[in-house]
This record gives sequence, structure tokens and C-alpha cells, in this order.
Amino acid sequence: MSTTETERTPPREPEAPRGVSRRGDTIFAGLAKGSGLFIMLALAGVALFLVLQSLPAIGASGENAYGADNIVLYIWPLLFGTVLAAIIALVIATPLAIGVALVISVYAPRRIARLLGYLIDLLAAVPSVVYGLWGRETLQSWVFPIYQWLADNLGWIPLFAGPVTTGRTILTAGIVLAVMALPIITALCREVFAQTPTMHKEAALALGATRWEMIKMAVFPYSRSGVTSAILLGLGRALGETMAVALVLSASGVITINLISSQNPSTIAASIALNYANASGIKTNVLIAGGLVLFVVTFAVNFLGRWLAARGQAKG
Amino acid sequence: MAQTTQTRPPGPDDTASVPLTKPQLPGWAPALAAVVAFGAAALVGLLLGWGVVGIVAVGWILLLIGLPAWSTAVEGSRKGTDRLVGTVVWSTLALALLPLIAVLWEVISRGAPALNATFFTASQSGVLGAGGGIYHAIMGTLIVTLIATVISVPIGIMAAIYLVEYGKKNRLSQVLTFLIDVMTGIPSIVAGLFALALFTLIFGPGVRMAVGGSIALSVLMIPIVVRSTEEMLKLVPDELREGAYALGVPKWRTIVKVVLPTALGGIVTGATLAVARVAGETAPLLLIVGTFRATNFNPFDGAMATLPVLIFSEATRGGLQEYIPFQLERAWGAALVLIIIVMALNLLARVVGSYFSPKTGR
Repeated sequence: MSTTETERTPPREPEAPRGVSRRGDTIFAGLAKGSGLFIMLALAGVALFLVLQSLPAIGASGENAYGADNIVLYIWPLLFGTVLAAIIALVIATPLAIGVALVISVYAPRRIARLLGYLIDLLAAVPSVVYGLWGRETLQSWVFPIYQWLADNLGWIPLFAGPVTTGRTILTAGIVLAVMALPIITALCREVFAQTPTMHKEAALALGATRWEMIKMAVFPYSRSGVTSAILLGLGRALGETMAVALVLSASGVITINLISSQNPSTIAASIALNYANASGIKTNVLIAGGLVLFVVTFAVNFLGRWLAARGQAKG
Repeated sequence: MAQTTQTRPPGPDDTASVPLTKPQLPGWAPALAAVVAFGAAALVGLLLGWGVVGIVAVGWILLLIGLPAWSTAVEGSRKGTDRLVGTVVWSTLALALLPLIAVLWEVISRGAPALNATFFTASQSGVLGAGGGIYHAIMGTLIVTLIATVISVPIGIMAAIYLVEYGKKNRLSQVLTFLIDVMTGIPSIVAGLFALALFTLIFGPGVRMAVGGSIALSVLMIPIVVRSTEEMLKLVPDELREGAYALGVPKWRTIVKVVLPTALGGIVTGATLAVARVAGETAPLLLIVGTFRATNFNPFDGAMATLPVLIFSEATRGGLQEYIPFQLERAWGAALVLIIIVMALNLLARVVGSYFSPKTGR
């Protein structure tokens, strides 16, 4: 506050060269404000163009809507697949991410912790298409025998009903998405765990708590909302991920919770990427409508995540 | 530990009746337990012919039961639980690093054989099976990413300057902060759809243009640049600004000559990381830049090959059975090149950050 006052007073004093600097100030402030407004405009543009271009898709049916009777019936199975893949990813990634964040912030000695932090960040640096290629070429052959074992021994659970004919299932896609969401959730959890007051932790240890009891009593209660928001932001990432799913999944667009059969639901993002090349006319608008739905869903999830994070900070 | 050694001397009869220390496992106990568990699993596994996965899984379960049980017997149940949780937590780390190692190993071992001089100097024009290169895709990625950088870095830095220096908590800056948070979460394919919808509106349907890809990447890149620059500008101490104002320096010159140079290291690091993040983006480029088998240097005219899209299209193209191994080899080779580029950018960001950063303070 004091800085703004000090900079505002000098130009008002009558001196000759001030006029020049004031013009510079105006221009620079205008540029800065303009950039901010431009960003708002761009975001509004994203929403506006998506809405405008998906309007023609509302009446689409039959051939134009990829065989569905109307646009809702086309998007609904895709939305189901998107959410299912993202949920599988989170079920796998969340415990791992919390564990890794605990290692880095509590268990590991400081120097090793820094190195581990870098390594996990590297995981985030690998492009998604490379993960997709890896999932398509390598991971699917690794998980294939495991899926066969699951179908043979746990086939009575609807999730693992099989029959297993390929490793490229929605579960594999979920695993690849989990690898991609892991670094994000880990990074956020680490930040939250690091904010636990040292006094609380030391007090717990001084009273004779073991390390796990200290984590349970001092770290977790303090970071509950932060971890929740980290999970939601990871969910946002997993929902919008395209290439990994498009490469890994051999999709047939059905609604099923059978995770390891060759009949898999597709996801919105993957179906856009796979169908775009030979789409034209109304089909393009149908795909854009799918993109709009994806945009709205990720927006809602991210919004919730940020809101929780902000609330947690205000409380802490 | 120090307390126990202090309390021990007074009377041998006291310590005989009530033990003042609890028995404790030595520091090398977890290592020993791990060696024993995995050794036993390997021994049995080799005899019965399990795979590596089976041996590791059984060894891990043995360790998970063995160490806590031993600890419970010697140290008590609370310590036992602690050891159990510790084992689980360290295992999550191993499990999390597994994909990183597997991906890097796979990309290097399958991509390295593809690399040779032609691979970096030839395009795929007229090549179906063996031969050809990815020169066109490397150039395409450089051009698209460069244009995206030129668009987003100035806008991002200026917007961050507005947020930190001008819009101190006013309505506009609050809305802007919120919208940038939202923008961080935009799925990359939605950014691609935006660019496509925009260009379809201007140039008609079926448009393919590298600049469109740059615009889509900018949508993804701007929020990252704003965020990192904002953090860095906030770290610049107010004393520096006040000092400049006191000398009669106008506000904009204070920002350009004092604030920005102080924060330069962090800003460059953030921008480089943002470039590294978008250089590997595939989905938006697939939609608007498309694929092209020859070299195209003109970002305003027609499709252009880029590394990520090339990986995707070579991996999914299918086609004649005899061509597929070559397509896959090319995809892995391109993946290796892309990873090297992205990792080099990340490394560069860290080096730049540590080179520029300690200008203030110490």
C-alpha cells in the first residue's frame, strides 16, 4: 500500500521532464492491463467459440452423430468412459502419491528428498504421447497375463469378467493416466505436508509418538482439505488427457464396468482425436460439442479443487 | 537416547527391577529383513519357476509381514505398526519410480537404433518403409513452439506485472487470477478445438495451419508463464521499489530496470519450463496442424509435421504389414528425440534458475 502512495505523489509536482515519464507510465500500465484483459478475452473466446460451434450439433442424429439417435446419446457413453478412466487413474494414483509425498516430506533425509522430488518432476516432464506409445507397445503386454489371471480367478467380480483378448483395455488406459496424474498430486500433497507446523510435529514426537502416529496426529488433520484439492486437480488432469487414452485403448463405445474385456468405453478426448481427421460438416460440430462437455466438466472439477485449496489456506 | 545413558548410572538395583529402555531393533534391521525376504522369494521362485514379477511380489509380501512381526515381537505393537506403514510408504516410492524407469529404458533401447545421420536430415517425403527421417517434424516442432513462445511470454509477463505491480487486489486482478487458475486446467484438446473453431470461422472448414497450433499452445502456456512470473515478482522486496521511487525513477522504469532484472532468473526458468511442457503436447497440434510427410517451413500455409503428432500417426497408421516395424522404429526414435528435447529444456531451466537467482539477499 505504501509503495503505491509514494509512487503516485512525485509526478504531481510541477517539474519539466515529468511529462515524459508519465506518458511512459501510462503506456506501460496500459500494456500490462491490456495483457490481462487479453487473457480474459481469450478465455471468453474459448467458451464462446465452443458454444457457437456446438450449437449446430444439437439437432444431429443418425449418421451425423456417429450412429447415435441424438447428441446426448452420443456423448453420454463417452462421458461415462472419461469418468471411468479418470476414476481408475485416481484409485491407483492417490495412495501412491500420498505415499511418495510422505517419503519426500517426512521419511527421506533432506538431500535424498530433493533428488526424489526432481525424479518425480521428471515423471511429469515426459510428454503424454510417449506414455501413450509406451502403454500401447509395452505396458499392454505386461498387464495381459495379469488380466488373464484376474479373469480366471476373480472373474465373478463384474469388474474382471473378461474375456481377456487384449491388454489394451480401459484398465490399462487408467494405469497410464495414473502415472500421468501421480506427479501433480504428489507435488501438491508435498506442498501441503510441508506446511504442517513444525511445532506440532516435534511436539508429537517429543511425547513419544512413533513416526506414523506423528503423521496421523499432526500431518493428516492439518492437510485434509489440501489433499482433497490435490486429488481433484489430478482428476481434472486425468479427465482431459487425450493422447494416452487414444493410443492405448481399443474402444468400441459401449457402457460397461468390465475393465478387462476387449469391449471398452471410449473417452470424449480420445474420440475427438481419433475421429477428427475424417469428420466434416455436422460431424465436426458434434465433436466440438463433446469438447464443450469436457470443458464444462473439467472446469467444474478444477473450480472445486481450487476453491477447496483456497479455503484450506484461509483456515491454516 | 541421551536420557537413557544419563539415568542408567545411579543404581543397578533400580534398572534391574524396571527397565528404563525398551528393546529396539538395530538400524540395519529393515535392510536385513529385505535381503532375507527377497532372498527367500528368489530361492523358492527360481525352484518353482515364477517370473520376476512373482518373485518380487512374494518377496514384498514376506517383507510386509516379516519386518512388522519381528518389530512387534521385540519392540511392541506400536513400533510394529510404524514399521508396517514405513515399509508400505517406501514401497509406494519404488512403485511410482517404476514407470519412469520403464518408460525411459524402453524409449532409449527402442529409439536409439533408429538414430543416424539420415534420421536427422531427411524428411519422410516419398518414404513408406525403411529410411527417411524426422527432420521435417523436428523443424515443425521448433517453429510451432517458437511462435507459441513469442506469443505467450510477453503477454504472460505483462499480465503478471499487472497483477503484482498495478492491480493490487482490485476487482479486475481478482477475476483475472481466478480465470488463470481455470485456464491452467483447460484440457489440451479443448485448446485445440478452440483454435480450430476460430480458424474454421476465418478461413473456412478443413483449414490446416501451423500458426493455429501455436495459438492453441499459447492458451496452454500463458497461464503457466503468468503463474511463475507472478510468484517471482512477489519475491522482489518492496525496499528495492521504494528505493527507486525515492530517487525519482518513474514506475515503469522501476519495473523494467529494477524489478524485472531482480526476478529474471525465476522468470526465465518459468518460461523455459512452460516451453518444455507444451513442446510435447499432441492433441491440439493433431487437430489444427495436422500431419505432413515433407518439410514445410511456412507456418501460415498448410499442414506441418511435428514430433508428437508424428509419434502418434506412425504408431497408429497401420497399413502394410511389412512397413509397420519401420513405422514403429520411427515412432520410438522420434519419442527419444522429443524426450531429449524436453529433458534438455528442463535441465536448462534449472541451470538458468540457479545461475541467475542469488542476486538479492546474500
